Amino acid sequence: MILVWLILIPFLGGILCWQADRWGEQAPRWIALATMLFVLVIALWLWLTGDFALPAGAQNQWLLEWRADWIPRFGIEIHLAIDGLSLILIALTGFLGALAVLCSWHEIAHRIGFFHLNLLWILGGVVGVFLALDLFLFFLFWEVMLVPMYFLIALWGHSGSPGQTRIRAATRFFIYTQASGLLMLVAILSLVFIHFGNTGQWSFSYEVLRQTDVPEPMAYWLMLGFFVAFAVKLPVVPFHGWLPGAHAQAPTAGSVDLAGILLKTAAYGMLRFGLPLFPEQSANFAPVAMTLGLVSIIYGAVLACGQQDIKRLIAYTSISHMGFVLIAIYSGSQLAIQGAIVLMVAHAFSSAGLFILSGQLYERIHTRDMRFMGGLWGRIPVLPGFTLCFVAASLGMPATANFVGEFMILFGTFPRAPVVAVIASVGLVLAAIYSLILMQRVHFGPSLQKDRLAGPDAREYVMMLTLLALVILVGLYPQPLLDLTAGLSQATAGLFVDGSLSALAGEVR
Amino acid sequence: MLTAAHLVTLLPLILVGSTAVIAMLGIAWQRHHAGTALVSAAGLVAALLTLPLTFPAASSPPLMQVDGLAVMAGALVLVSALVTVILSHHYLTGYIGPREEFYLLILCATAGALALVASDHLAMLFISLELLSMPLYGMLAYSFRAERSLEAGIKYLLLSAAATAFLLFGMALIYARTGALDLPGIARALAAAPDAWMLAGAALMVVGLGFKLSVVPFHLWTPDVYQGGPAPATIFLATVSKLAVFVVLLRLVLAAPVFHSEWLQGLVTVLALLTMLGGNLLALFQANLKRLLGYSSIAHFGYLLVAIVAGNALAMETTGVYLVTYLVTTLAAFGVVTLVSSPFSGEDADGLPLYRGLFWRRPYLAAVMTISFLSLAGIPLTAGFIGKFYVIALGVADARWWLVGGVIAGSAIGLYYYLRVMVTLYLPEPGMRARDVPNDWGSRLGGITLIALAVIILALGIYPTPMIDWVQRLAGS
Repeated sequence: MILVWLILIPFLGGILCWQADRWGEQAPRWIALATMLFVLVIALWLWLTGDFALPAGAQNQWLLEWRADWIPRFGIEIHLAIDGLSLILIALTGFLGALAVLCSWHEIAHRIGFFHLNLLWILGGVVGVFLALDLFLFFLFWEVMLVPMYFLIALWGHSGSPGQTRIRAATRFFIYTQASGLLMLVAILSLVFIHFGNTGQWSFSYEVLRQTDVPEPMAYWLMLGFFVAFAVKLPVVPFHGWLPGAHAQAPTAGSVDLAGILLKTAAYGMLRFGLPLFPEQSANFAPVAMTLGLVSIIYGAVLACGQQDIKRLIAYTSISHMGFVLIAIYSGSQLAIQGAIVLMVAHAFSSAGLFILSGQLYERIHTRDMRFMGGLWGRIPVLPGFTLCFVAASLGMPATANFVGEFMILFGTFPRAPVVAVIASVGLVLAAIYSLILMQRVHFGPSLQKDRLAGPDAREYVMMLTLLALVILVGLYPQPLLDLTAGLSQATAGLFVDGSLSALAGEVR
Repeated sequence: MLTAAHLVTLLPLILVGSTAVIAMLGIAWQRHHAGTALVSAAGLVAALLTLPLTFPAASSPPLMQVDGLAVMAGALVLVSALVTVILSHHYLTGYIGPREEFYLLILCATAGALALVASDHLAMLFISLELLSMPLYGMLAYSFRAERSLEAGIKYLLLSAAATAFLLFGMALIYARTGALDLPGIARALAAAPDAWMLAGAALMVVGLGFKLSVVPFHLWTPDVYQGGPAPATIFLATVSKLAVFVVLLRLVLAAPVFHSEWLQGLVTVLALLTMLGGNLLALFQANLKRLLGYSSIAHFGYLLVAIVAGNALAMETTGVYLVTYLVTTLAAFGVVTLVSSPFSGEDADGLPLYRGLFWRRPYLAAVMTISFLSLAGIPLTAGFIGKFYVIALGVADARWWLVGGVIAGSAIGLYYYLRVMVTLYLPEPGMRARDVPNDWGSRLGGITLIALAVIILALGIYPTPMIDWVQRLAGS
């Protein structure tokens, strides 16, 4: 039952926030903060009390499970379950959710209750995605989180450069993800009907459908249906058109959620559904996926170098980082997959830090255009130092969590696909370049004005210090994360073992 | 011959018909707006309550087939008519001129729709279709002092006449080949492979009914008629009329094997693709809400044509579920437009700018509208998603990949304009506040009906099992 509450708490909290508008400006903020901290505390409590030392090949990989009939006509159940990966991501959702509330404390000045309703509903949908084991339920949460995100961008976003209105960015985001989601729905339904044809049983259950025997050309198409939906959300390069606009136009809280958590739902979907449902097809597809990952890494990094808008720059670096995650997921190596999970967490922290910082800059100088910045090091106390730290994390400096993740990914991928690993490491060099460009153009050089700007207040200090502490903590001691996900990544890597990939990895070579 | 059992089966139809007579006599005796509305609503409720008595029917009256499909469609027709009556009362309060006859027209058309969904004979089909259409001319042109309304009525009249001609010619061709007018008779005569005349007859009938369903390319009348007609008449046209015609089309397809020929299925597939894409594309830049909803309803019937192509048992269930979800959604969406346009003052409030910032003035009304538009767009947790889920499932089950692709492309295009309307409701700048609902809208019957519809949309989206069971029970028999 605790799993149901994990999903319901954000939804109920959201409604409460909406109604709390009448009790004053601060009420919705405190309620939202309390809600997200509550989710975080539940997740941490599960982490501390749960036993994740899974024996290899255990029958039941779930720490907790909850199921109930929903639509018996099609064998659809409300089936929730949690394992190490979901737990990490839910804890992350709770943490970043609280940060999102904190960082919009001053930014959002009107229609506060409705803003927090949308914010919490996104997070509720995301928690649902991380818990759902019934494919219908998974698809439902996958789509449900889009609607509040749309409103968040469309109503509270910034209108950036000319021709880039926030409504257009939000609409593009919605159409991209919804249309690709429908492809996934078609794939899910085809899988269910094939299963029905084979056995005469209706089921949308993950465990049942994993056993389905899908005829060959069909299986490949179905795998692609899932892959496209996840690739749009991750995003992988040919499907990334929505991301820069949505990031740049969204309010800070929206960008934090988008980069920190929503992108991770895609990687989670691949690890949980895409690969296990179609192991052989995915192994065959791995060279293509890895190539797309490489393209994303290079393309994202090169485009990041050319951006004028600081939030667009960070958005493009997300594409680059997610390229690493994609390579790792399709590498079939346990080390790389664990690296991907660490990188997901690390990227959530570092990109959230950078987005919050750019939000704080915007509150002070009212622009996100780097052409109008420069020399801020001398004008703002403390913030530039934090920026330097998060930029260092983003470029993968040792002792930060990002370093651990990227190193494990490259190290794990190398034995399987050396060429891929070598090209991917070029991405690290490019990361150094765009990070330094960001630092240089914003904080160094001649300053346009002389007046001093306010330093961070206590709230901003708390957010930055917590994030920084986590980045360094995970960078120095990532073992708890690795323990938590060892079972899952071993099983996922095991899907690829049977030679098929090693043969194909030769082609990549 | 008619027996007592037949009379019980016909009870809903008789009740609606006699309510119409009572309403007419009442008007002749003394005009009373609220009274007429009350009598009409009472008649419809009574018919709705007697509907369970008719099922399962031991035997059907002559020319009719009172089966699960007919009962299901009858219930939906009566509910939609009831909502129309409730909203009409708000709307007509401001109308200068006779108001009571509008209910008379609604009741006559409802009787036509009830008979149409149960018709088992081409003559019955034709008569009840005309009984449904004739009052609609009057309803659409009801505020005839407004130019647009008159235009809508005349346009609908002319194009209906054209559609009727197609339908009759098709029936004539089929009669010429088979010598039968009842559906079982036609089905029997057609056991052998159909020849060119039969196919032509069937195709002409599809075209004739396609006019009423505004299937592309026979949709040209739709936007003007939707925009011009008074809002309650538009609601009736978009729900009752379309539903009844679609059900009878499905009945034809299920009964007559000629509709299963490759050629005709190919034709309907092309029509379906054109309709779902055309409807959505035409709605894309529409600034008039009633026109936009008109195009959107075109697209929705395009999705539903998948069921006609498939024509199997799951198609029946899909039709039932989709029609339920379409009805509650459309009633809610048009209901908001009607309520904002009430009481009548010459022109309906259908320009999108009028709705700008509605959420900050009337949060609950805007929430109803948001929910109905989310449902039209087929977003999960609303009823519309269950309908779309069924349509896609049907396409996948029948391996109609072109149609599945069309549904997905149509939905993606559709999102653009649904989102545009939705976000308009929340934009901060105060719009032209020329029209607004009265402050106590939520405590009036029309407002309560709309809120109930929104709750139903959500409830069906979250827990659709009762609806699916109901449809399955009726469609299975």
